[in-house]
Amino acid sequence: MRDTPLSNCERRFLLKAIEEKKRLDGRQTYDYRNIKISFGTDYGCCIVELGRTRVLGQVSCELVPPKDSRPTEGIMFFNLELSPMASPAFEPNRQSELLVMLNRQLERCLRNSKCIDTESLCVVSGEKVWQIRVDVHVLNHDGNLMDAASIAAISALSHFRRPDVAIQGRDITVFSPEERDPIPLSIYHMPICVSFAFFLQGSYLLVDPCEREERVKDGLLVIAMNKHREICSIQSSGGIMLLKDQVLRCSKIASVKVSEITELINKALENDRKIRKEGGKFGFAESMPKERITTLKRDEAPVEMTDVKETANEIVNRTETPTEAVSSPVLVAMGTAQVGEGIVNSWGLDEDEEDEPQTEDTKTDEVLVISDSEEEEVVILNEEAQKSTKPCKQK
Amino acid sequence: MIQNCLKQRFEHTSQLLRFCHFQLGFKSFSFSVLPMTVCPQLLQTDTIEKPAVCVIYPYCSRSKSLHDRAVINCQYSMATFSTAERKRRPHGDRKSSEMSLHLKQTFEAAVLTELYPRSQIDIYVKILQADGGNYSACVNAATLALVDAGIPMRDYVCACTAGFVEDTPLADLCHAEESGGGTSLALALLPRSGNIALLQMDARLHQDHLDALIEAAMTACKGLSKVLDGVVRQHLEEVSVLTRD
Repeated sequence: MRDTPLSNCERRFLLKAIEEKKRLDGRQTYDYRNIKISFGTDYGCCIVELGRTRVLGQVSCELVPPKDSRPTEGIMFFNLELSPMASPAFEPNRQSELLVMLNRQLERCLRNSKCIDTESLCVVSGEKVWQIRVDVHVLNHDGNLMDAASIAAISALSHFRRPDVAIQGRDITVFSPEERDPIPLSIYHMPICVSFAFFLQGSYLLVDPCEREERVKDGLLVIAMNKHREICSIQSSGGIMLLKDQVLRCSKIASVKVSEITELINKALENDRKIRKEGGKFGFAESMPKERITTLKRDEAPVEMTDVKETANEIVNRTETPTEAVSSPVLVAMGTAQVGEGIVNSWGLDEDEEDEPQTEDTKTDEVLVISDSEEEEVVILNEEAQKSTKPCKQK
Repeated sequence: MIQNCLKQRFEHTSQLLRFCHFQLGFKSFSFSVLPMTVCPQLLQTDTIEKPAVCVIYPYCSRSKSLHDRAVINCQYSMATFSTAERKRRPHGDRKSSEMSLHLKQTFEAAVLTELYPRSQIDIYVKILQADGGNYSACVNAATLALVDAGIPMRDYVCACTAGFVEDTPLADLCHAEESGGGTSLALALLPRSGNIALLQMDARLHQDHLDALIEAAMTACKGLSKVLDGVVRQHLEEVSVLTRD
């Protein structure tokens, strides 16, 4: 199923708003949405929520023979999946450009930057090494998949524990988690991608574009950095023309954002570790907020109130005075009846029914029946209709 | 070992005129004389050879054609004998798809596509021998192919790689330098305006060195554009002499 195309007026609205430095959700140009990181019960499973974008990262490991060119190093394998669950624009089993771009960027960000010590993954040189596989699944697409995927991948890798091994000669014994505690991976640094979207031929840029903003963007610049201010990868895409000082400015912004996000990841890891040590409950089920209504409270919606009074006065002065006031809210016109009533039944089913409504017709001006209950005697406090107060008979 | 090789390289160069070190040496360009719009180019640098073919079709498949612009398709593939180990999948794997995508985006920005609505421009690049700087050589070859085809462009698109070894930025890295573990930055530039069409960098680099690295790559690209320009003019002279006779 293809996604609905963006209408021209929506596009114009978004671009106009960006020119005035306003965003749809009220953020500033360099603001990220709320990031929430939660870990599952198994080691190596993590869900990242960036606003409404949700991404799941899962790490698993396996003993395999190493590559011929590098017999003493472990293997890292990255895979990102876009399923139609994330967005109706994603079709199943289709190698789209976005998928290729995301996969390559994730590989470049994590593998080429050597954030994991692959030498420590070697068990028997030339024969058996650990293959670490990182699978990232996009659960909901609301823009900026790259950042969310990189945060999910690195958090999952930091959370993961691989089984302990003992080598005796040529025999390898892999211990299960019950026998010996699993060992964490040795991670040198945490590279995190920051995306910059460019609009209107590179004159405006936004950090962390949401899905609507992504649709009108001209191009994207992804900078992966770690908190030591080392750039791990830069990738510009979309065919935009950049200037050198734009790139340098983006890298400065990225370093600030990355240090904030790294702190967040470390805090989440710390929390999870503490809960596990204390024996409390952990996992996805626990990290979801319990939706119990204890009080009926609404979040305050931010409304701009700067010149409300003047606008209100303007509107009041501009409108015309309403037409003359009526005493009764019920206005009767020729040939009309009220809801629940209706005019004469012309089907001619019963002879009884035919007789009754005949009299009602002539007095439509006077009879005003509001209630359609058989029991009530409705009295209309209207001067003209004081004479005729009779209950109506409903079928 | 890499460090020793590089030190030797430094010693061999006569004098470092600037902060960066040029290692470009284009041996020969050969343009072939083919009718109309198909124009294969053979681009030979010191170590890399690749032919680039550019074809322009007046029609385009219905599903992909754009009403106001031309669609640019690029296909990047490597010959199986191009690298040290025999390549099993010449095209279709992720790296090739990514390269094709980047080439397409670079040229969409540089070519004046508004002049060819509802048409398609195909660019095929095949690497015969790879020794580092694959992307840059592809871009340069494709630029020449487009110029030969007569497709209007905003400027020459020149690309070059740059790297950082022991606090010295180097331009145009070879395979040994790229895989040695140092940083490598690939840059596609439109020299006259100084606009960067594509920027790609792998491996770790401290933020403070980024400026120097980009500067080195840009200078290399500007020098390269002069070489490309000279070659195009020379070829035109030759062709005009031939046609006159």
